[in-house]
Amino acid sequence: MSDDTVAEPPPAEGDRLLEIEHLKVLFPIKSGVIISRAVGYVHAVDDVSFTLHKGETLGVVGESGCGKTTLIRTLVRLIASTGGSIRFRGNDITKAGQKQLAPIRREMQMVFQDPQASLNPRKRVGQIMATPLRQRGVPKAEIEPESRRLFERVGLSPEHLSRYPHEFSGGQRQRIGIARALAMNPLLILLDEPVSALDVSIQAQVINLLGDLQKDLDLSYIFVAHDLSVVRHVSDRIIVMYLGKVMEVSPAEELYSKPIHPYTSALLGAIPLPDPRENKARVRKLVTGEPPNPINPPSGCRFHSRCPRATDVCRTVEPQLSEYARGHLAACHHPQNVAAAEVATARRSESSPLSSGDLAPEQDQASRGSAPASSPD
Amino acid sequence: MSANAPLLEVSDLKVSFATEDGTVRAVDGVSFSIRPGEVVAIVGESGSGKSVTAMTLMGLTRGPNARFEGTAMFAGRDLVTAPESELQRIRGGDIAMVFQDPMSSLDPVYRIGNQIVEQIRAHDSHISKAAALDRAVDLMERVGVPHARERLRSYPHEFSGGMRQRVMIAMALSCSPKLLIADEPTTALDVTIQAQILEELRKLRAETGAAIILVTHDLGVVADIADRIVVMYSGRVVEQGTLEELFYDPQHPYTWGLLGSIMRVDSDRSQRLPAIPGSPPSLLRPPAGCHLRPRCPHAFEKCTEVPLLKAGLAAAPEHLDRCWLDREQKLKLRTVDGRIGLAAPSEVNA
Repeated sequence: MSDDTVAEPPPAEGDRLLEIEHLKVLFPIKSGVIISRAVGYVHAVDDVSFTLHKGETLGVVGESGCGKTTLIRTLVRLIASTGGSIRFRGNDITKAGQKQLAPIRREMQMVFQDPQASLNPRKRVGQIMATPLRQRGVPKAEIEPESRRLFERVGLSPEHLSRYPHEFSGGQRQRIGIARALAMNPLLILLDEPVSALDVSIQAQVINLLGDLQKDLDLSYIFVAHDLSVVRHVSDRIIVMYLGKVMEVSPAEELYSKPIHPYTSALLGAIPLPDPRENKARVRKLVTGEPPNPINPPSGCRFHSRCPRATDVCRTVEPQLSEYARGHLAACHHPQNVAAAEVATARRSESSPLSSGDLAPEQDQASRGSAPASSPD
Repeated sequence: MSANAPLLEVSDLKVSFATEDGTVRAVDGVSFSIRPGEVVAIVGESGSGKSVTAMTLMGLTRGPNARFEGTAMFAGRDLVTAPESELQRIRGGDIAMVFQDPMSSLDPVYRIGNQIVEQIRAHDSHISKAAALDRAVDLMERVGVPHARERLRSYPHEFSGGMRQRVMIAMALSCSPKLLIADEPTTALDVTIQAQILEELRKLRAETGAAIILVTHDLGVVADIADRIVVMYSGRVVEQGTLEELFYDPQHPYTWGLLGSIMRVDSDRSQRLPAIPGSPPSLLRPPAGCHLRPRCPHAFEKCTEVPLLKAGLAAAPEHLDRCWLDREQKLKLRTVDGRIGLAAPSEVNA
């Protein structure tokens, strides 16, 4: 959650915590009563590559159905991947068996969106907390004091360990979920929409708590959310996904001041600003239509059917992820907010999807005449 | 009716429910009015009573264990005491409602077209089925459903969330309502779709002159579309006024806290977000006096009595708030780190 990582040079090789290469998750659609066979595939995650460094918070945003939840569930192997590789601390865990996975899962914990559904209603929270502690090998006598310590750490009263989950409010339940994740002493916490079920005033409390924990315990986070303003507050880098593909990867601040992909602009432009005067002053261009069906995604660039800048090349050639300054990646043939010189020096990123073409992004002025390259909307 | 006469006037509305654990005072003295063509937003956290207020206006909270006080006058009738038969005529006719979850408010086993036609014919017994279908097509096109005529034959599950919400709005429009009550209409939707739906609501207001009560917790949505705001906390209205008054001259500490804890896409990424400490009280045993007292860093002895909802400035008689602090103090206290917010308790009391 530190702001200063943005300007720093990319961390050294040894700092890489999680490396994802060309990860693919396809869900088959089965048909037939006796002999069931796949008649199609839902392209939930389609060739996604990224690296997470130690101590970093990586935000993942996108609309519902873009594959962001599938992505992080695949990282802990709750869902099997179809292709590509996942490396955690240098070890390939893509095909690791349950035995190999156990110690790794200890270091990667998850916090879920709905704190009500992720706590067993029939167990006291003390029991819920004891399970991961036992897993970690904490001696019986120390489980209780350790639970109390963790409860205090997340801002809950240790006396409440004897209560049941329903006796807590939504925000408190989310704190229990976080305490449970901490019980394993993880290096990485995967947060799946951790605050979207909470009220605004409580959201801020939980976000602050996550920030404190990261600072004190040197945690890394992958923070999945659909709310761009929440993601901005917590992330060092942000990945924007659309229909299973990475559209843009950017240092957090830059994504908002200089979105390169038209889809990112569309998302940003759609958020109403909580300030009436600014809201009125802003010119908004609405994206029309809805995300297409992930079973039969559009050819070329997946966003072309809704994109205001789409041309013929977008319909036929899948754009590569081009790397601009400061590690800002975008998969677009017609990038915006970048000067012609920047476009000329952009190079194909290694995390480009294998199926993408190797066309360099077009320099806008030539092909689109007076397209405004500077306005974010 | 003159243009400025209120379309709906709610005064001192109280709704309580008897439960096994005691009486829940879900709504405890809510007053506001709405004029034709106006958009009034009711803002509050979960459990603040905003949805119960909206549903009570439609007579949807009636039941053996519900008790009501106060009035809600709409076109000369009191919606709180109106007999069920009269409400049936008003519901879907003069007052229509759009709910948060469009999936559970559409019947999954009837085609969309039949559901719209049913509503049209319930309120206009002379219209033929074919004419009603034509009107349904019209309505669907108006709210931006493509291929409306074919899609009338679809079932709700064949629609996406955004399309279902459009269908709900089309149904609500079917009898040209004077008042539309929208309860969190965009909460379940993605931002790009939310922007489209808000645009539809804006168009609807411009074209038909209908008034809209928008129940929401999202201050961005409020800033985008509302004319006036009612802020509710724990069953009571704590502040109400115009959009400008509430955002730039908020008088109640709870409103400061709400404005302070907003995360924005374009503000500085401050290290810590100002949060309101604690959580909302139980409606079974709310604290005596001001309900915010246990969470409010500025509370003092007087706060154990319930403050009245009153105007702080004679020049703005419709900007009301429910707080004991005087105006001078408020102007001083509400600025935290150069912006509006609720001070952390440690900075005030410690």
